[in-house]
Amino acid sequence: MRTCLSDAIAPKVWKATRRALERAGVEVKVPRGQTCCGQPAWTAGHPDQARAVARHTIKVFAGSDEVVVPSGSCAGMVIHAYPELFAGQPDEEDALDLALRTIEFTQFLAKHDLDPRAKACGALTVHDSCHMLRVLDENESPRDALAKVPGCEVREMAHADQCCGFGGVFALNFPELSGRLGEQKAQAAAATGAPEVVSCDLGCLMHIAGRAHRTGIPIRARHISEVLGS
Amino acid sequence: MSTRRRRRNPGVAYSDVTGTLRERTVDALRDPTLADNLRTAGDSWGAGREVMKRDFGFDEMRDRARDIRRSNIRNMPALLAELQSNVRASGGVVVRAADADEACRYITDLARARGAHVVAKSKSMATEEIKLNEAMEHAGLEVVETDLGEWIIQLANEHPSHIIAPAVHLNRDQVAALFREEAGTDDVPTDREGLVAHARVRLREKFAQAEIGISGVNLAVASTGTVCIVENEGNARLVTSQPRIHVAVMGMERVVADWDEAAHILQVLPMAAISQDAANYVNLITGPRREGETDGPEEFHLVIIDGGRGALRGSEFEEVLSCIRCGACLYSCPMWQNVGGQAYGSPYSGPIGAIITPLLEGPSSPGSRDLPFMSTLCGACGDACPVGIPLPDLLVRARARSSSPAKRKAGLAFRVWSLLWRRGITYRLTMIGWRLGLRIRGRDGWVNRLPGPGSGWTKVRDMPSKWPPRR
Repeated sequence: MRTCLSDAIAPKVWKATRRALERAGVEVKVPRGQTCCGQPAWTAGHPDQARAVARHTIKVFAGSDEVVVPSGSCAGMVIHAYPELFAGQPDEEDALDLALRTIEFTQFLAKHDLDPRAKACGALTVHDSCHMLRVLDENESPRDALAKVPGCEVREMAHADQCCGFGGVFALNFPELSGRLGEQKAQAAAATGAPEVVSCDLGCLMHIAGRAHRTGIPIRARHISEVLGS
Repeated sequence: MSTRRRRRNPGVAYSDVTGTLRERTVDALRDPTLADNLRTAGDSWGAGREVMKRDFGFDEMRDRARDIRRSNIRNMPALLAELQSNVRASGGVVVRAADADEACRYITDLARARGAHVVAKSKSMATEEIKLNEAMEHAGLEVVETDLGEWIIQLANEHPSHIIAPAVHLNRDQVAALFREEAGTDDVPTDREGLVAHARVRLREKFAQAEIGISGVNLAVASTGTVCIVENEGNARLVTSQPRIHVAVMGMERVVADWDEAAHILQVLPMAAISQDAANYVNLITGPRREGETDGPEEFHLVIIDGGRGALRGSEFEEVLSCIRCGACLYSCPMWQNVGGQAYGSPYSGPIGAIITPLLEGPSSPGSRDLPFMSTLCGACGDACPVGIPLPDLLVRARARSSSPAKRKAGLAFRVWSLLWRRGITYRLTMIGWRLGLRIRGRDGWVNRLPGPGSGWTKVRDMPSKWPPRR
C-alpha cells in the first residue's frame, strides 16, 4: 500500500519501501488504482464517507498474500478500525480478511526475518508514532531493522512515548496546541544531538519537520523506508 | 417493555463556556506557569505508574478491575435495588434522582426542612456535575468545600482542573495569594506546610458550624449497603461524622456487588490515581449512627443520580460507566498536560471528560460538542485507564455522534473527498492538482501558506513541498 500521504508529499517513501522489500527478496506488487485507507474521515467522525473509500481499498487489495504498509497509522486503521467500520456490513468478511493480511513495513521485515541490506547511515533518533506504539503495540521492529544498517546509531529522545501532536484533523482544528506539542517533540529530537529524526509514519514527520522549520529547530526528518531502502 | 427513560439532555447543561474550545486552548497555552505546573504533576504521575507496574503487578490488577466493573454495569439495576434495600435496612434514606434538578431540589429542600445554614462538603465530582453548590447558595446556604484543593478553587471561583487534584494547575504562590484574599490579611504563610496549617484552622471553624455534611461516593457496596469514601486529608471523615446530617451523592454507576470486589477496586483506585498502594483514609459508612454508638450523624441520605447514565447501558458508550474517576487518563494526556482541565469548560476534563460530557449533555450542546475532537487519538489514555475503557475508540465514536458546526462544515468536504477517492482515476487527478499546487507555492522546498482548511496547517507550521524536507 503506497498510502495517500506518500502520494501527496513524498512518493520517494513508497518507492524506497518497494526497493527495500525487493532487495530483501520479496516479490512486490503495487496495485494500480489504490487510494487511501479512509482514516481521515473515520477519525473526523464521518464513518460513512470513510467506509466508501475503505471499501475501494478492500477491493484493490483483494488477492494479495500480505499487504505491507509503510505507515503504522494506516496499518492500524485497517487492522484495528476496519472490524468496527464494517461491522454488520455486507462486505464485513472481506474487511476482516484484509485486516488479517495487513502488516506494517518494519513488522513485516521482523516477521520474515528480512534484511534489506541498506547503505550505511549515521546517528539518528527514532520517533515512535502513537499508532505504531499503542495501536500495533510495537516499538521494537523499527529499531531491530535499523540495528542491521551499517553505522546506524539510534539515540533515544526524552519522553519518546509522547505524542508529537499531529493527530490528523486535530492538527487543523487545534493548530496552536498541535504546534506546541510538535515543538516539544522536535526539541526532544534535536536534544539528542542526532541530525535527523526517523519514523514509521510520514504524518508525524511532516508535522514535526514543518514545525521545526517554522520555529528554527535544527532537525531533519526521514521516513524509515528511506533509510532501509537506501 | 423497557421502563428505562431515554433522556437526551438531563436538565442543566453544566459545561460553562466562554469563547470557543480552541480559543480556550490558546489562552491556556499563553499562561507561562500553567504548563509547568501540569507537567510537574504529569511527570510525577508517570514515574509513579512505572513503580506500580513494577512492584505491585498493576497490569494484572487492572484486568480484574476491568472485569469487575463490566459485571457491575451489566448487573446495575439489580445491584442498585440491593444497595437501596440494604441502606434502608440500616436506617438510611435512599433517593433516586433522574437528573440534576431532582437531586439538587431534594438536598436544598432537606436543608430548608432541617433549618440548616452551613453545609460542609468533601470532594465530589457528582456534586460538581449537578452544580449543587450553586443550587445551595441560591437557597441561601453557606457552602464550604473542605478538601484543600476544592477549597482553593472555590476561593478562586474556578472549575476543578483535575478529577482528584482540582487545584493542580495552581502553584504555591498562587494559592498563598488566594488565602491572603480570603483571610483579608497578608499574615498568611507562603511555605507548603504553613499553607496547609492555615487552611486547617480556617476549615475547622466551619466544621463546628455545619449542620449538614455532603460527600461524594467512590464505591457503594450493594451486599451491605455501605458507601466507601477514599481521601487523603481526613476532611471527608469529619464531613461524614461531625454534622447532624450526612448526605452522600453518587452517580448510579458507582455500585459494586460485594466486599471482594470493593477491596480490589479500593486498591486499584489510589494506585491508578496517585501511585499509592493505599489511600490515607478509607471511610466505610453504613447508615446513620445506631443506638449505643457515640458518634456519627443522626441522619444518612444517599442520593443516587441517573443524569443520563442509565441510557448509556447497552449503547456503544456503555464502557464509560466502568470509570472509577481516578484521573489517570488526564495525567497521561498530552493535550491535558498542556492546557489543563479548565480549557475543557466542564467539571470532567481530559479524555474521559471529552467523552462523557457530551454524552450527559446531549450531542448538540454548544458547550461540549467539540470536546471529542480535542485529542490526537494518541492512545496514552487507553493505556493509562485502570479499568480498560477503550478511550481512543470511544473518542472516535463520540466524534461520529457529535453535531458541531465545525464538523458539519468539514462534512461537506469529506463528502466530496469520499466521492473522489473511491476511484483510482479521480484520486490521481486530485493528487496531480495538489502536487502542482505545492510546486507553484513552494519556496526553497517549503510552503508557508495554504488556503482553505490548509490554513490551519500553515498557521503554525510549514508544509514540505520537497521530500525529504530541507532544513
